[in-house]
Amino acid sequence: MSCVLVLLETRDGQVRPTSLEALGAARDLADSSSGTVHALAVEEADLDLVALGSAGADHVHACGAEAHSADGSAATAASLARELDASVVLLAATIRGRDLLGRIAAKLDSGFAADCIEIQASDSGLECLRPVYGGKAQLRVRVTGQVAAASLRPNHFNPADRDAEALLVQASASEGSAKVLGIHAGAGDRPDVAEATIVVSGGRGLESADNWHILEDLADALPGAALGASRAVVDAGWRPHGEQVGQTGKTVSPELYFAVGISGAIQHLAGMSSSKVIVAINKDPDAPIFGHATYGIVGEASEVVPALAAEIRKVLE
Amino acid sequence: MKSIVFIKRVPSTTTQVRIQDGVSLDPSGVEFELNPYDDFAVEEALQQRESAGEGAVTAVSFGTADARKELLTVLAKGADEALLLESERAPAVDGATTASILADAVRGKEFDLLLFGKQAVDRDQHGVGPAVATLLGVPCISEVVEIKIEGGTVHAKREVEGGHEEVEAPLPCAITCHKGLNEPRFANLKGIMAAKKKPMETIQVEIPSPKVEVLSMEFPPERPEGRIIGEGAEAVPALVDALRNEAKVL
Repeated sequence: MSCVLVLLETRDGQVRPTSLEALGAARDLADSSSGTVHALAVEEADLDLVALGSAGADHVHACGAEAHSADGSAATAASLARELDASVVLLAATIRGRDLLGRIAAKLDSGFAADCIEIQASDSGLECLRPVYGGKAQLRVRVTGQVAAASLRPNHFNPADRDAEALLVQASASEGSAKVLGIHAGAGDRPDVAEATIVVSGGRGLESADNWHILEDLADALPGAALGASRAVVDAGWRPHGEQVGQTGKTVSPELYFAVGISGAIQHLAGMSSSKVIVAINKDPDAPIFGHATYGIVGEASEVVPALAAEIRKVLE
Repeated sequence: MKSIVFIKRVPSTTTQVRIQDGVSLDPSGVEFELNPYDDFAVEEALQQRESAGEGAVTAVSFGTADARKELLTVLAKGADEALLLESERAPAVDGATTASILADAVRGKEFDLLLFGKQAVDRDQHGVGPAVATLLGVPCISEVVEIKIEGGTVHAKREVEGGHEEVEAPLPCAITCHKGLNEPRFANLKGIMAAKKKPMETIQVEIPSPKVEVLSMEFPPERPEGRIIGEGAEAVPALVDALRNEAKVL
């Protein structure tokens, strides 16, 4: 893999952590054949060349575009990939990332593999492992051809940790026809459930939307925790769809996942079973979720969760 | 408003996956259905035609002969015509190749909107809609939860991590649809009867050489056996201790 291009995602002028993970994955691919890693930042951003170099980038191409345009970004990435004769284009499998992947592949007439959890270079292309059927199975695929495009699932790759500074290259962005007019942050400042390293999810066992404050309090006790929800409570209107974890919601793979009052329907399990550690709290000792949990407590959420929040505060102090 | 809506026949989300020959889903005993996100795309196409008071809805699917059933469902909901791009190999074809087959099939047709589900719940790639739009040279807004069309411009709201993004694009435009965009209707008896008389065209498609090869399908690694720490609030200190000192995630 002589040259790997990583399309960086920026928000509010900052490079998102998932893009640093993609740089680390790119570094591993490039190092297998003494290649180079090029990063591309289409929008105006604060580019820390030491941090980007450390994460894996040799060169950072900065365009300084004023607003995000998906078709503009895809065209910019594809033309840079061609100019560099890149053999792989990587990006984070965020919502923007998955919006861009198919477009970049179409521009390059290449194949694509989305939401990969493992990638490796092979003689005949890029081999990728990616979950399918909402995580019930995994497909090992090979993207063949001159260039391969792939997006990487958050929390599955690590930034490199190098002593290196990336070189800045000024570049220009292609015009797009669809323009982002603005981004409106949701309520609160919790991370998104798909990206958080800790997720606190609730289901029907909470018995009412009014009881969500106990989960919020638990999430508050855990730095960087996001809130999630089962499909049943989203369908009941207790929680917004953006929090839904499962096959028709978001797929998550945090370090630590709390399933509170969630029985463990197959479509929920599909969305969270790649979490590193799963804690289940449920009053029904026969709930299927216990078969998938690392640790379980049988009990009422209203009793266990406040005690858990208090204990965590105590030990983290 | 002329819309082309792209649909896919997929295994139901309640499917217990079994693997066949190490490379694909064993379809025996599996229930198939219209991809749930495509239902939002179909509904949007119908509502746009209804609110404009004119136009047409064409449903297109790349699939096996069995996908006629899902196309018939979409006709029963109110689409005007259907096109099946048929190949027995369709379920094994990669996203980029699928996009080129779909784009070739509608290139030159007149349309205002191309509508897709945001993802098919089998391969979960989210890529085909944006790729088809790119191949056809039209803008695309993906994972849309709100849409307003005024004077040839689409204003859309899409969910992004931790908030919403507002996007604007000119018609003709592609939209990939997310849950929340609308409430999909069910087909009524009259619709089901009428669907049988609506035009459904079938074209056999040649599959070009794939851009992505499937090497194997496997199950995710089994989770190590877990344990029940105890009952009620009394078990909490032991849980926190395990999270800190055993799992080392706190």
